Amino acid sequence: MSTGATIFALSSGAPPAGVGVIRVSGTQARAALEALAGRVPAPRRASLSQLRGADGALLDEALVLWFPGPNTATGEDLAEFHCHGGRAVIAAVEGALAALPDTRRAEPGEFTRRAFANGRIDLAEAEGLGDLLAAETDLQRAAALANLGGALSRQVEGWRERVLGLSAEVEGVLDFSDEEDSADLPECFTWNIAALAAELRDWLARPRSERLGEGFRVVLAGPPNAGKSTLFNALVESEAAITSPIAGTTRDVIERSVAIAGVPFTFVDTAGLRAASEDAIEAIGIARAEAELARADLVLWLGPEGAGPEGAWEIAAQADLPGFTPKAAAHFTLSASTGEGVASLKAGLVEAARETLPKPGEAALNARQHARLSEAAEALAAAQELSDPLLVAEELRRARLAFDRLIGRATTEDMLDTLFGRFCIGK
Amino acid sequence: MHSFDVLVIGGGHAGAEAACAAARMGARTALVSFDLAAIGAMSCNPAIGGLGKGHLVREVDALDGVIGRAADAGAIHYRMLNRSKGSAVWGPRVQADRVRFKAAVQGIVRAQANLTLVQGEAAALVLRGGAVAGLELADGTVLEAPRVILCTGTFLGGVLFRGEERFEGGRIGENAAKRLAQQLRGADLPMARLKTGTPPRLDGRTINWAVLEEQPSDGEAWTMSPLTERRINPQVFCAMTRTTQAGHDAIRANLHRSPLFSGAIAAAGPRYCPSIEDKIHRFGDREGHQVFLEPEGLDTHMVYPNGISTSLPVDVQETVVRTMPGCERVDIVQPGYAVEYDHIDPRALTPDLQLRAIPGLYCAGQINGTTGYEEAAAQGLVAGLEAAAAALGRAAPALDRANSYIAVMVDDLTLQGVSEPYRMLTARAEYRLRLRANNAATRLTGLGIEAGCIGPERRAWWERREQVREMFHVKHSERIHARELANHGLPVRRDHGDKTIAEWLRYDGVTPDALAPWLAEVTALDPLLAEEMAEDAAYAPYLARQDSELRDLRASEALPLPPDFPYAEVPGLSNEMVERLTKAAPGTLAAAGRVPGVTPAALSALLVHARRRLAA
Repeated sequence: MSTGATIFALSSGAPPAGVGVIRVSGTQARAALEALAGRVPAPRRASLSQLRGADGALLDEALVLWFPGPNTATGEDLAEFHCHGGRAVIAAVEGALAALPDTRRAEPGEFTRRAFANGRIDLAEAEGLGDLLAAETDLQRAAALANLGGALSRQVEGWRERVLGLSAEVEGVLDFSDEEDSADLPECFTWNIAALAAELRDWLARPRSERLGEGFRVVLAGPPNAGKSTLFNALVESEAAITSPIAGTTRDVIERSVAIAGVPFTFVDTAGLRAASEDAIEAIGIARAEAELARADLVLWLGPEGAGPEGAWEIAAQADLPGFTPKAAAHFTLSASTGEGVASLKAGLVEAARETLPKPGEAALNARQHARLSEAAEALAAAQELSDPLLVAEELRRARLAFDRLIGRATTEDMLDTLFGRFCIGK
Repeated sequence: MHSFDVLVIGGGHAGAEAACAAARMGARTALVSFDLAAIGAMSCNPAIGGLGKGHLVREVDALDGVIGRAADAGAIHYRMLNRSKGSAVWGPRVQADRVRFKAAVQGIVRAQANLTLVQGEAAALVLRGGAVAGLELADGTVLEAPRVILCTGTFLGGVLFRGEERFEGGRIGENAAKRLAQQLRGADLPMARLKTGTPPRLDGRTINWAVLEEQPSDGEAWTMSPLTERRINPQVFCAMTRTTQAGHDAIRANLHRSPLFSGAIAAAGPRYCPSIEDKIHRFGDREGHQVFLEPEGLDTHMVYPNGISTSLPVDVQETVVRTMPGCERVDIVQPGYAVEYDHIDPRALTPDLQLRAIPGLYCAGQINGTTGYEEAAAQGLVAGLEAAAAALGRAAPALDRANSYIAVMVDDLTLQGVSEPYRMLTARAEYRLRLRANNAATRLTGLGIEAGCIGPERRAWWERREQVREMFHVKHSERIHARELANHGLPVRRDHGDKTIAEWLRYDGVTPDALAPWLAEVTALDPLLAEEMAEDAAYAPYLARQDSELRDLRASEALPLPPDFPYAEVPGLSNEMVERLTKAAPGTLAAAGRVPGVTPAALSALLVHARRRLAA
C-alpha cells in the first residue's frame, strides 16, 4: 500500500477549545506515536501519555489512540492525539509531527480522499465530501455529512434491491413460462413499480443540494426611499459573509450572501420600482429588478400595502420616522435604523428558509445524482406503461443501471470524471 | 510421431465443434476419441435449443458451426418457445432423432478438411516447460501439438447413481478417463463436483397416446440453420402428461433411497432442471408437474419423458411413471440415473478458455461446469477458434457481451465461476434486445468471415443476404406521409406528418404486415430478414440508448488489470473480494465490476490503484 506521505491535521474545531484532536494517517502513524508518546498503546484503547518533542521537552499530556489499518476510517494506519485545546499546545504538537520523516500537514479533505481511494466509502459518499469541503454554513455541512455518512447510498441500495426483485419476477415470466410452472406477472407488479416510481419522484422534488450553495434568495422591493437599503444593511451587517456562487452584482442590483443561524441567504436590494420611467438607465434597472422578483424565493415588500408582488411579505419599515403609516396586515413592523423588529424578521426568515432547503441531516441530491435518479424514475414510469415483459425488463435494467451509476457500481466515464476531476485522485 | 496444430480430446458436442472450428480456421487438427462411432452422441435429452439455448445454437451456426445443421438433419419436431413474448426471447427448439443427429455430426466432421480423427484413449498430457506439447495415448502413441482442447464432459471422475447402486463412468456403458483425471488433479487445478441427471427412457408402444394431449410440431417452415433450406424429416408430435399425487407419495416414501437425499451425492445440481425428487421436495404443494413425452427418433420406440430426471431406485421409478395418465402400463427401457462428476473451476480459465496454469491447454463443455449440448457446443467453438488462432498467429472473432450469448456465457463462467451446472438463460444477457436468435448471422457471420472460420457455402449465402439487407435499408428510409398510411387503414393520426418506414415501425399497430403495400416487394426476397429488420426498427430507441451505455462500458474496459494484479495489496478489499478477484483474474476494470461481491467502494479503490500502477 503506497498512498504517499503520512498526513496529519487538527480534526476538531479551531483553537482555543477544550480539546484538540490531531489525527495522523499513513504508514508513519505508528512511528508518530512512538516518537511523541514514546509507545504504541493497545489498538482502539484510549490511554494517557506524555507527549514530548524531539528534544525531549514535554509538549502536553494527552489521550492517545492507535487504530491499525486497514479497518480504519481512512483505510490506513491511524493515530489520534487528544491534546489540550490551546493554540500553543496544538502548534507545538503539530510542529513535532511535521518534523517527522515523510510526514506533512494534510490538505483540505485529504483524509476522506484517502478513505475513498482505499475503498472505505463509495462515490455518493465521496461526493458528500466534495460538498462538505465547499460547505460554509452549518446547514450545508449537515447535508454534506449525511451524504458522506452514506445515507443516500443506503437509500439507493434499497431501491436497487427492490428493482432487482421486480426484475426477477419479469425474468421468471420470460425465461421459464414455456416450461412447467408458467406464470404471469402478479397483479401487484405494476402497483409495486408505481409505488417505487412515486417514491423516487418525492426524492426528486426535494430541495437540491445546490440550493444550499445558492442560499435562500430574499429580494427587497418597494418604491425609492422606502427604506430598502437601510434594511438590507441591517440584515447583512454583523452576519458572516459567505461566497455566493452567483456572480452579477450590478450597479442596479446589490446582493450579498450571509449565513444567519447557520442558514445560507442571499439578500438582494433592487432599484426602486417606479411605474413609468423616462430615464433609460433607470428603466434597465427596473427591468433587472423585475427579473430579480421572479427569481426570488421570497420578496420583502416595503411599498404601499397590497401593491407588492403576490406572495410577498408586507413589511412596515421606517417605524421610527414621524410620518410612519402602519400596515393593516404587516408580516413585520420594524425600524432598520433603531434595530427594532429586525431580530424577529431574521427569525421569521430563517424559519421560512429552512422549509425550502434540505433538512439538516437529510441527504440532498446534487445535480449529477438528480440526473441519475431522474433517469431511474423515467425508466420506472416507462416500465409502468409497457405491456411487453421484454421491454418492461429492459426499462427495469435501465433503472438499475442508473442506480449503479449513482453510487459508482458501474465503472463508467462519469465516475472517472467525478473521481479524477473533482478529487485529483491518482495523480 | 504425429504432429498437429490443435488436438481435441473428446467427441461430444464441445469436441466436435472445437475440432471443426479449429480446422475451419485452417489449423491442422486432430480429434481424439476412444470411440469414433460415439462422436455426436446425445447422451441425455434428444432436443437441441430452447430458451437461451436456441440463441447459442444460432450463434454457433452463424460462425459456421456444426450443431445447427446437425439439429436440422435430425429434427423430427420443431417448436418456437416463448412465441407469445417479444422475439428477443423466442427460443427455437427441435427434438432430434438421435441416430440421424449423430450421423449428421459425423458426416460434417468426416467431411471437414484439415481434420484427422484418431481413435484411442487419451492417457496423459505431454508437458514441456509447464506448457502443453501434446498428448500420449493409452497405446503409447504420442501426438504432438502446441494446443490441446479438453472436451471430456462428465468423463472426469464420473460416478453414476441409481438408488443404492453405483457405477463409474460418464455414460452408461462407457469408461471414465481416469488416468487423465489423475493427471489434472495432480496439476493442482481448482476442481469441484457437480451433479446432473437423466430420466428413465420409456417404451412408446406401451404408452396410451390416445388419452393424452398432443403437441404438434410448429406449422411454420423455420429451421435451426439458414443453410438448411427446408425441413428434412417427417414431423412427429409429442404428448403432455403430468405427475400425480400418487406418484408424489411414492417419491416421498422413498426419498431416503435417492442418493440426492441419502447424502451420497453432495454436489449441487441445476436449479433450472431439477430432478423430480427435488421438485417434490421443494414444491411439495404442487398437485402435479408437467411431463412432455418426446419420441427419441423415427426408427425407435424409445420415448424421453422430459421433466422427471431421477436417481431413485428402479422399482420406485416404475411406480412413479405408471401413476402418470397414459402411462399406466408403460415399460421402462432404461432407468434414469444421476451423475456426479468433476469440473474445473472455470475462473481458472482466461476468456479464450485456456487454463492460466497450463498454457496451451483449453477446456470446453461440461468440464467447465456447464450443462447442455448447446452450452458445450458454444464453448467448443470458442476454444477451437482461439486455439487455432493462437497456433496460427491470427485473431479469433471478437466476441463480447454486446454481440453474443456465447461471450456472455464465457464471461460469466470465467469471472463468476459456477455453484450449480451453468445453463444459458436470456436473463443473463443484458443486451438481450440486440441479441436475438433471429439476427445471429447479422451479428456474427461477418466477424467470422474476417477471422477466416466461415466456409464457402455460408459465405456465399451471407454475401447474398447482405445485398438484400442493403435493399431493406434503402426501403426502410423511404418516407411515407401519415395520411397515406391512414388511407390504407393503419392506426395512425393523419396529422403525424411524414416519417421513414423505419420510424413508423415503432408505432403500435404499424406492423410489417400492415406495411405490406410498401414492403411486400423486398420482403419477398427474404421474409426472415424482413422480420429481423422490422424488429431492429421497432427496438431502435432502446438500441440507441444501449449504444451510449456500451460506449461508457468500453471506456472502462480501456483500463486493463494484469493477471497478476496484486489485489491483496489494494486496501479496502475484503479477504473474500481479494480471493474472488484473484481467482477470476478479470482482464479489465469493467470485468472486475462483474465479479460477484465486489462493492462500489471496492471498485473505486481498484480503479485508483490500477491507475496509479499504470502511471508508475
